[in-house]
Amino acid sequence: MTDAREQQLAILHSMVRIRRVEERLSELFSQGKVPGFIHVSIGQEAIAAGVCSCLGPEDSVLTTHRGHGHALAKGIGLKRFMAEIYGRRDGFCKGKSGSMHIADKGVGVVGANGIVGGGLPISLGTALASQYRGEKTVTVCFFGDGASNQGTFHESLNIAALWSLPLVFCCENNGWAQFTPQARYMKVESVAERAEGYGIPGVTVDGNDVVRVREAALEAVARARRGDGPTLLECKVRRWLGHYVGDAQKYRPPEDVKGAKALDPIRAYADQLSAAGAIGPDGLADIELRVKAEIDEAVRFAGESPPAGPEELFTDVYA
Amino acid sequence: METRYIKAINEALAEEMARDESVFVVGEDVGGAGGAFSATRDLLARFGARRVRDTPISEAAIVGIATGAAIRGLRPVAEIMFADFLALSMDQIVNQLAKVRYMFGGMYAMPVVIRAPCGGGLNAGPQHSQCVEAWFAGVPGLKVVMPATPHDVKGLLKSAIRDDNPVLFLENKALYALKGDVPEGEYLVPIGKAEVKRAGKDVTVVATSRMVHQSLEAAQGLAGEGIDVEILDLRTITPLDKESIFRSVEKTSRLVVAHEAVKAFGIGAEIVAAVCEELPGRLRAPPCRVGAPFVPVPFAQERQYLPDAAGVVRAVKSVMAA
Repeated sequence: MTDAREQQLAILHSMVRIRRVEERLSELFSQGKVPGFIHVSIGQEAIAAGVCSCLGPEDSVLTTHRGHGHALAKGIGLKRFMAEIYGRRDGFCKGKSGSMHIADKGVGVVGANGIVGGGLPISLGTALASQYRGEKTVTVCFFGDGASNQGTFHESLNIAALWSLPLVFCCENNGWAQFTPQARYMKVESVAERAEGYGIPGVTVDGNDVVRVREAALEAVARARRGDGPTLLECKVRRWLGHYVGDAQKYRPPEDVKGAKALDPIRAYADQLSAAGAIGPDGLADIELRVKAEIDEAVRFAGESPPAGPEELFTDVYA
Repeated sequence: METRYIKAINEALAEEMARDESVFVVGEDVGGAGGAFSATRDLLARFGARRVRDTPISEAAIVGIATGAAIRGLRPVAEIMFADFLALSMDQIVNQLAKVRYMFGGMYAMPVVIRAPCGGGLNAGPQHSQCVEAWFAGVPGLKVVMPATPHDVKGLLKSAIRDDNPVLFLENKALYALKGDVPEGEYLVPIGKAEVKRAGKDVTVVATSRMVHQSLEAAQGLAGEGIDVEILDLRTITPLDKESIFRSVEKTSRLVVAHEAVKAFGIGAEIVAAVCEELPGRLRAPPCRVGAPFVPVPFAQERQYLPDAAGVVRAVKSVMAA
């Protein structure tokens, strides 16, 4: 198999894995197995998989409350990820972060942020560190359309541009900021239009098309690596479900919900690979089986991991 | 050697930057201009633009830069031009920087120093004169330091830079011109340790920052009246050195707390509560707090507003009389 083919299958696998993990988590959440809130990224898998396929383990990724997909696509281990979401001791953060603050320093998942727009200024610092040390590593900061209205978005784009930081600002525009649709919180059509105001390239791609996402991401990452500065990469998708698991979406017109699910990025890519002969008739089913096995094992691992001990409440406040 | 407080800060920065290549400075006007108060003078020339970074007016981003850089192993010293402007970076300080280590289960150490000038006395008005330690003292994960002398500001800044935790370093701008003895050569002042600046047996005055000097002045006059005042310079707000406070109160049985910040809900309240809870029955008289009245820092009426030596004298006399 060629490298290119392997890469394609890896991307498909990544997308399927994200989808099935998110579905399983939603199910487990409804069964009361998961503390707190979870925000799934179902329907947005192409962005995580496409962008992260351009990155190496030394590159850094910042993500949001809707960050499971980015963490998984960046290479976070599923067992400890699951344990973390369950709030158990074997999680990456010893059960102290949960869904909204998933992190694994080892694979460059800096940490998920529960404050909308909170990761943007931090991404300036992680990118600065690369530049400071003369490394060729880059930072990708994922955020949503809603975050592009926070002051921090504007401060961050300006400074990243000024300092030519090795940074990719990746906006997942799913048209909804929690319970409010884009037309009601933004005058311009695309978040990418704002890039011009800061002197950096702004690119909008169809976030359902993993090939387009990857193409645009490769270019943005290459720009960053060679020292030509940041890019604002906007990936437009539709949000399939509510803001959080359990959100009945009463605020949303039903046609909008239906329309969102009309295009499945995984189906689209699988069909594309199939048509190109890159995947056989059993290829997708094969991936599904492997993914299910991995998830089953992770869920078992998480369930068996003990909760954080009471002494853990007091640890790591200070170094 | 007699050194001004602001020069002592500059020396600490230069020494730590020379010692550790991962230390860098970031803030508004810190580079080319040498800092709005000259704290970072000559650092750009000596260490270069990679390590002394001027930013646009973007306080949230300044703290975010420091947070992200620390996550990746650098040791940033951020300057926020006036402590009042810390309000513009509250999310980055309180929800991000202070909580990164805990939230991510100890994955990261966060060796960040945020320096900011606080305090009144320059007629700078309500938005440029606040003492803000109480805003941050109750945030787990942060350390808050308020040095009162050139000796302490240098030693504490060096310690803060070497500390692997986020330190909010509050310099009183009215003290910038103050001269004091600063030793030649390498020394550190530990974070979390108060210091008795004047030993005495009749009453404990726990003071911070500029009020240390006001208390020393008050003590001189009171000595003439036969009242022997012990002045404990807290130096660090959090972690609070309760041991030193209690040791002093055990000795004197009378407590005054003096800080420039508004009295209501200030750190004096925490100190009084700690003494009352943990040394029950020890106080011979009700404690007394000296702090500013519950109004914004005024522009032209500072003399009426700012706590001073006379206020400390009144407080001491009230606990002596009871």
